[in-house]
Amino acid sequence: MIAPPPSGPVPCARETALSLLDDMLRIRRMEEKCAELYGAGKIRGFLHLYIGEEAVATGAIHALEAEDNVVATYREHAHALLCGVGMDAIMAEMYGKREGCSRGRGGSMHLFDARARLYGGNAIVGGGLPLATGLALADRMQGIARVNACFFGEGAMAEGAFHEAVNLAALWQLPVLFCCENNLYAMGTALARSEAQTDLCAKAASYRLPTLSVDGMDVVAVHEGTCEAAAHVRAGKGPFFVEFRTYRFRAHSMFDAELYRDKREVEAWKTRGPIHTFSARLKQQGMLTEEQFLALDRGAGEEVARAVAFAEAGTWEPVEDLARDVHTPVVMP
Amino acid sequence: MTRMSYREAMREAIRAAMREDARVFLMGEDVGRYGGTYAVSKGLLEEFGPERVRDAPLSELGFVGAGVGAALGGMRPIVEVMTVNFSLLALDQIVNSAATLRHMSGGQFSVPLVVRMATGAGRQLAAQHSHSLEGWYAHVPGLTVLAPATVADARGMLAAALADPDPVIVFEHVQLYNTEGDVAEGPVDIRRAAVRRAGTQVSLVTYGGSLPKTLEAAAMLAREGIDAEVVDLRVLRPLDLPTVLASVRKTRRAVVVDEAWKTGSLAAEIVARIAEEAFYDLDAAPARVCSEEVPIPYPKHLEDAALPQAEKIVAAARALFGKP
Repeated sequence: MIAPPPSGPVPCARETALSLLDDMLRIRRMEEKCAELYGAGKIRGFLHLYIGEEAVATGAIHALEAEDNVVATYREHAHALLCGVGMDAIMAEMYGKREGCSRGRGGSMHLFDARARLYGGNAIVGGGLPLATGLALADRMQGIARVNACFFGEGAMAEGAFHEAVNLAALWQLPVLFCCENNLYAMGTALARSEAQTDLCAKAASYRLPTLSVDGMDVVAVHEGTCEAAAHVRAGKGPFFVEFRTYRFRAHSMFDAELYRDKREVEAWKTRGPIHTFSARLKQQGMLTEEQFLALDRGAGEEVARAVAFAEAGTWEPVEDLARDVHTPVVMP
Repeated sequence: MTRMSYREAMREAIRAAMREDARVFLMGEDVGRYGGTYAVSKGLLEEFGPERVRDAPLSELGFVGAGVGAALGGMRPIVEVMTVNFSLLALDQIVNSAATLRHMSGGQFSVPLVVRMATGAGRQLAAQHSHSLEGWYAHVPGLTVLAPATVADARGMLAAALADPDPVIVFEHVQLYNTEGDVAEGPVDIRRAAVRRAGTQVSLVTYGGSLPKTLEAAAMLAREGIDAEVVDLRVLRPLDLPTVLASVRKTRRAVVVDEAWKTGSLAAEIVARIAEEAFYDLDAAPARVCSEEVPIPYPKHLEDAALPQAEKIVAAARALFGKP
């Protein structure tokens, strides 16, 4: 059963609401362009699109502060963008260019930015969970009050890494915000085909940490839920687990024929699409006109065009630098 | 110079590092209240408290990964894994994260992590506590792999490992913990192999727990009139080939002693390098003494038969001179 689309008054200031909408549009237009560039052979390797899930990264990262750390998965273009990595550096990274945010070494799945406090871009399912727990341990030991937000899919909850990391974080009361993006499919495996316990909050709660499940198609619900969870973590009360119930509109990657789900299911979920439902609510409330929507959309499109031009103009790292950054250069005495 | 055991040397190294740098902490299974599986960390909990001598649950993947994260976050973790066999549960975080993050992030994130673990056989601990998998780690770019074989290296290598901005794996052979030796203050280099016994007629190249057996073999060979040189690799990645090749070019014969299985081993790598670089300097084909291709068995006579022993090393060296 698919819930009805998010509806009703948007309980936040107009400025906040428009900023949320704008960011969802930026993500959507960037990724639509990525799909096109993949078809054109400009982007290679694996490309995992977030289309349909924009409300999750947008609402959640808007609830974080600039000093917070973010650990994400291989479906992380949106997280990178909203953490403050420039769209131009993201696009250049997908091209494999030296001007990319990981110097072209990572590609779509490995976006990193020390300044934006983005610790990847981890393409091992569950791999980011112990890492985020360790970042939180470092903060605790150094007396730094910061939220360490770790994004992962529901598929990661079948990994031992999830259980080990959540247990450590809860046992040691570490400042980790566990953000589960439940899009119902671990690649092609439906939740009920991979988990004996499909109530993900119940599963997490066995480690004695507070949990919350929110509608991941409703950007305001995501924002509010994450604010509550982040406040708990920031106050030093230990980790928090949030499930964002969402849905991926596109294929898992560019190689996926989507044999595992019914097209009607995808169409039904599209009625809950985070961008059109949110803009409809804003219009209904008089917070947004069609002209304003089109202006935001145009702005996003222009940013994408600039990012593509930047990536196109980027340079290839010389082959002589192949072994660069395997080790940190050390000045020998 | 102070005389102490390998175990005490390792403990003193950890103690000194923790006194010197507030970012250094020790984390692992039973490192605190229990005092360490091999009693290396005994007494450290009392001195530094439970935050810095941190008992972890049985979650190798979790706490090694937390070590990677803590290193990224500005700390200098020393993570103890009980044995190399158990480290396989943490292999993902070591190989896919610690070793790759700097390169994959275009040089933005270094991982100054030290992972210590026990390795090797000889204590009748059977096939899940006795293996030598150093070569697996030495295969991976991004890691530095150390095998302190002497008490002095046990005391000196840790400080150098902690000073390294990238991940370092330290292998402590279980048969070495009770050995005694002299140590000096201060760090030692972690770039060079060492000639432990000078000789002129055959190079015996080894590392870690096989060093005492190899030195014993060299003494036995001397009684037969064969003058063997013993090279201790010390650093398994990156290999110090110049030291190995200089020795082999001098003696013109090489036997590599490695407690790992022969197939796909570090010994295979070293013999290949000798063949590539010093083929025309050799008077005989290089030889290897490795463990037999079996999971390490429990009963003593079978365990002994599975491992390199001084007699096997002597026989392999003797054969290079055409002697039976």
